Amino acid sequence: MTKAERIDRIATILILLLALAVVGLVITVLGLILIPGISHISWHFLTSSSQSFETGGGIFDQLFNSFYLVVLTLLISVPLALGAAIYLNEYAKQNWFTDSLRLAIEVLSSLPSIVIGLFGYLVFVLKWGLDFSLLAGALVLTILNLPLLTRTSETALSQVPNLQRQAGLGLGMAKWQVILKIVLPAALPGILTGAILSAGRIFGEAAALIYTAGQSTITVNYQDWNPFSPTSFLNPMRPAETLAVHIWKLNTEGLIPDASAVSSGAAAVLVLTILLFNLGARLIGHLISKRLEK
Amino acid sequence: MKNWEKYLMGPSKERTQERVGRGITGLSILMIGLLVGIILLFLVGKGSQLFLKDGVSFQEFIFKTVWAPGNEVYGAASMIITSLLVTMVAGLIALPFALAVGVAVTEILPPITKKIIQPIIELLVGIPSVVYGLIGLTVVVPIVRQLVGGTGFGIIAASVVLFLMIMPTITSMIIDAFQAVDQDQRRASAGLGATRWQTITRIVIPAAKGGILTALIFGMARAFGEALAVQMVIGNAAIMPSIQGSAATITSVLTTGMGNTILGTPANDALWSLALILLGMSLVFNLLMHFVTRKEA
Repeated sequence: MTKAERIDRIATILILLLALAVVGLVITVLGLILIPGISHISWHFLTSSSQSFETGGGIFDQLFNSFYLVVLTLLISVPLALGAAIYLNEYAKQNWFTDSLRLAIEVLSSLPSIVIGLFGYLVFVLKWGLDFSLLAGALVLTILNLPLLTRTSETALSQVPNLQRQAGLGLGMAKWQVILKIVLPAALPGILTGAILSAGRIFGEAAALIYTAGQSTITVNYQDWNPFSPTSFLNPMRPAETLAVHIWKLNTEGLIPDASAVSSGAAAVLVLTILLFNLGARLIGHLISKRLEK
Repeated sequence: MKNWEKYLMGPSKERTQERVGRGITGLSILMIGLLVGIILLFLVGKGSQLFLKDGVSFQEFIFKTVWAPGNEVYGAASMIITSLLVTMVAGLIALPFALAVGVAVTEILPPITKKIIQPIIELLVGIPSVVYGLIGLTVVVPIVRQLVGGTGFGIIAASVVLFLMIMPTITSMIIDAFQAVDQDQRRASAGLGATRWQTITRIVIPAAKGGILTALIFGMARAFGEALAVQMVIGNAAIMPSIQGSAATITSVLTTGMGNTILGTPANDALWSLALILLGMSLVFNLLMHFVTRKEA
């Protein structure tokens, strides 16, 4: 065996050992999150309200708030991001203006979430007087979500073959009709996958929310379906602590004796939900693209 | 105009639709652009209050190490240094591990490995930062306490948590960078009699250099801007960092301080100046990434 071959063999072993160490680390981390957490998850834990001073509290309100906030955010951000992506991919000309818009989106994506949270606190909570509310939280998460969502939607649109557009135009369709009837349906799997993945991301966001959606939750009535009623669970103007914020809050200033058990349970729920979002995104993308192939 | 004239001479239904569609989509992108402008404007405006209105000099803010808002002393140097330190340490520990996984997955192990680890990396990237903070609090801090002494809270725990948090991101980007290297280059190298290790170190890594650097900067930018995970484990004492003791980063001070100060007071303005520095740094990271990609192209 030559020297080079010997080095090659030693290096390969070292690399594989390092990679194995990472695998061990990953298993440890996932184990540390899931094992203590899953044992704490029960029907009672998922469906009862949190306690302020006593043990035995659940996470129902926080879990609901997290999902509701994701829905509100997607309601605002998906149309906006989709519109922006359509413009960028179908209409925008190659000039300095388009370039600067792209740059703006890139800058937005690089802003730390705490900075966006503080901006939301200043503008939505204080200046607009929304107070700590679901709406303020949803607006901030929209800002956070827009760059990624715009990018994934644009990628999805750009992957639709140009021949399909030309075929539509050749049949005498207007450009907008081509976009609406041909390009959008073809790009739908990609857009949906991106939206679900982004939902997973905002589901776990906390830093942007502690000064916008607030760190407390009020008692709400889950039978009251009128979103304008102050005690309704759908009221977007109420403060709402999400699951991720709850974990943070419990571990920085929590007063309940079983804070570590509740937070590890909540963390496991959080991670499992995000796993579901990821799997869901894959599944839906897969299903729709299969159906479109037929 | 009569009705038939409208049909013949007026714009068609399609043309109106076209205008509306183009208008709506153009409006959405304009709104996003405007939003970014407003965010930057607000943060710069609010962040410069400390220097313009409260009479603190910028140099003092950047270079002084004493942070005592109670005594109207605003020196952010200790936080800036701590932020840079934990970010660098986290990035530099993560890099060799990420490179090793990248090499193992793309160059050594069979292609099926990539299919297996892709969803795992995806999941790890998606784990919220508070969960990493929670692991830090329940596992890392006690271990650091055992090994180094002190309370366990501090820059070591923060670096470890950030390392865990950014490694999946860096790894996934490095794998992409390795895969982007043309297969022909590897074959050519092998054809010249190079061993796999020689091909990796002399062909693949140099070719993927830009991608590796971008991955590292991207990961470090994320670490620099991370607030809660760090705030949970660093101890939050705005003093110069030490091995054993508590410290504070820009983000952790922002997290704890914003709720305890009154808007418009110098103590609050100082926090907004910290936010401005954070913004400035994330722009610098962005610029660095641009520079790397442009140099590659």
